[in-house]
Amino acid sequence: MGKLTNFKRSLWVFHASGGSCNACDIEIVALLTPRYDVERFGIKLAGSPRHADVLLVTGAIPRDFADKLRRIYEQMPDPKAVIVVGNCGTSGGVFYDSYNIAGPIDEIIPVDVYVPGCPPRPEAIIDAVVKAWLKLEKLEKELEGKKE
Amino acid sequence: MPKTAYYIPIGPIHPALKEPIRVEAEVEGERIVRVDVKRGFAHRGIEYMGMKRNAIQTLYLSERICGICSISHPYAFVVTAEKALGIEAPPRAQYIRPIIAELERIHSHILWLGVIAHEMGFDSLLFWTWKGREKVLDLLELLTGNRINYSVYMIGGVRRDLKESHIKAIKDAITYYWKFTEQMKEIILSDPVYKARTRGVAQLSKEMALKLNVVGPVARAAGIRMDIRQDMPYDAYADIDVRAVVPQDIVGEAKGDAYDITMVRIYEIEQSLDIIEYCVDNLPEGKILAIPNYPALLAKIRRTKGEAIGAHEAPRGEVVHYLKFDGRDGPSVWKVIAPSYNNINSWAPLLLGAEVADIPIVVAYIDPCMCCNDRVALLKTPEGKVLGYEYIHKKAVEKTRKIEKEVRG
Repeated sequence: MGKLTNFKRSLWVFHASGGSCNACDIEIVALLTPRYDVERFGIKLAGSPRHADVLLVTGAIPRDFADKLRRIYEQMPDPKAVIVVGNCGTSGGVFYDSYNIAGPIDEIIPVDVYVPGCPPRPEAIIDAVVKAWLKLEKLEKELEGKKE
Repeated sequence: MPKTAYYIPIGPIHPALKEPIRVEAEVEGERIVRVDVKRGFAHRGIEYMGMKRNAIQTLYLSERICGICSISHPYAFVVTAEKALGIEAPPRAQYIRPIIAELERIHSHILWLGVIAHEMGFDSLLFWTWKGREKVLDLLELLTGNRINYSVYMIGGVRRDLKESHIKAIKDAITYYWKFTEQMKEIILSDPVYKARTRGVAQLSKEMALKLNVVGPVARAAGIRMDIRQDMPYDAYADIDVRAVVPQDIVGEAKGDAYDITMVRIYEIEQSLDIIEYCVDNLPEGKILAIPNYPALLAKIRRTKGEAIGAHEAPRGEVVHYLKFDGRDGPSVWKVIAPSYNNINSWAPLLLGAEVADIPIVVAYIDPCMCCNDRVALLKTPEGKVLGYEYIHKKAVEKTRKIEKEVRG
């Protein structure tokens, strides 16, 4: 990973769980606890999307949740990145033929990083957050360019 | 100052629970005067999908009902399917299954202890308990190949055998957890602040528990001796004399509050350790699958007609499955009842008259699992002052600190 030059702050993450089976969500909590401890990298779960840089989405999104997810995404300030954790959000996974699934998450909001796995290992989620970080760095540069 | 009723929505995005559910409360000052729990309009239609797939696919779909009890639903599924199809798992498989199920109970109960500590403002306790939980996840990964969603059961047996090296690892973990539960009793149960914060909070009397039809640790904390492993034993549980863990056996009386449920959960970890120890020591030799050939198994399912109800005692209570096989290679009818569905009934009566600062504890004490239920996802906020979860969590922490000062002086 290269040196971060533009994105000079800790990364705050908002976690939205829509119709997930809890497996990915529990691995995300495991990330915060001493074994994986992402807070040492400055990564922290935020309580509100308005404070977040990254949106972590888990689960196959049920129809009722799709517009809520869109609203959460719209509340986030720019630059922002979206990470989809788990197979079911990436492609539908085992829920592909359900009558109540609004489709893969990238049909609802733009997605930057996909983490396949059912559930993915915590290391894979850390890797995804690092990838999102690099993306945010690029977006921040573009925003600064616009300002000047 | 005249009393004004405020409306407090909790959820659907709840930072500690990781799952969407909606609790709407109306408060006057600190007292809750009206509660409404909303759930059940965001679901994935798992039963419907299962009725279109073959039985082996449905078994692994049942694992995705809930990721925390990811062996409970498959366990109830295989018990039911074996009853309906007339297959019996080999003795070795019947002993391997409880080992995995009890390891899951350990991880689930430790997870809950961390969550309730977080809700109260003891974040260091959350980190400490979750550090201890990683050991059992490592062991499950060694035994099954995944930390969560083990996919190790099969209709008529299990898919992975236990090797000598596995048994050594299990015994190491048992020694570790005997020590860990002793420490947990010391740190959690003997702590005066924890006791003051949970005694009398979320208190459910025996009559109320029976009336609301709660199950699992919630019912046992209220003093009801109910446990599927005791009432309808299956597999190796029939050889082990499993007895429901109730507070009156531990301290003499059952109060049914958040403190009692903590006690029940910690002692159930010890009970699980006993069961695992017994299963490992008495593990029979032999094969692990009744029908090792999957096409043959599916062919048998296609030929057999039958229906059955089976149950398993999940960490949160009883999981009941109903299956009907009717000439297809999968179930033609599949119905699942999850424990949180019964336990969430206790929220509304417990929240009435409680303080705002107690909402997180009442909500968390049953260890709710929304993905087992139909789930609710609402972001609508009506006019009036809206207090978010953050505020209520802050109140909960403040109350703990206040009690801490009073208790410690």
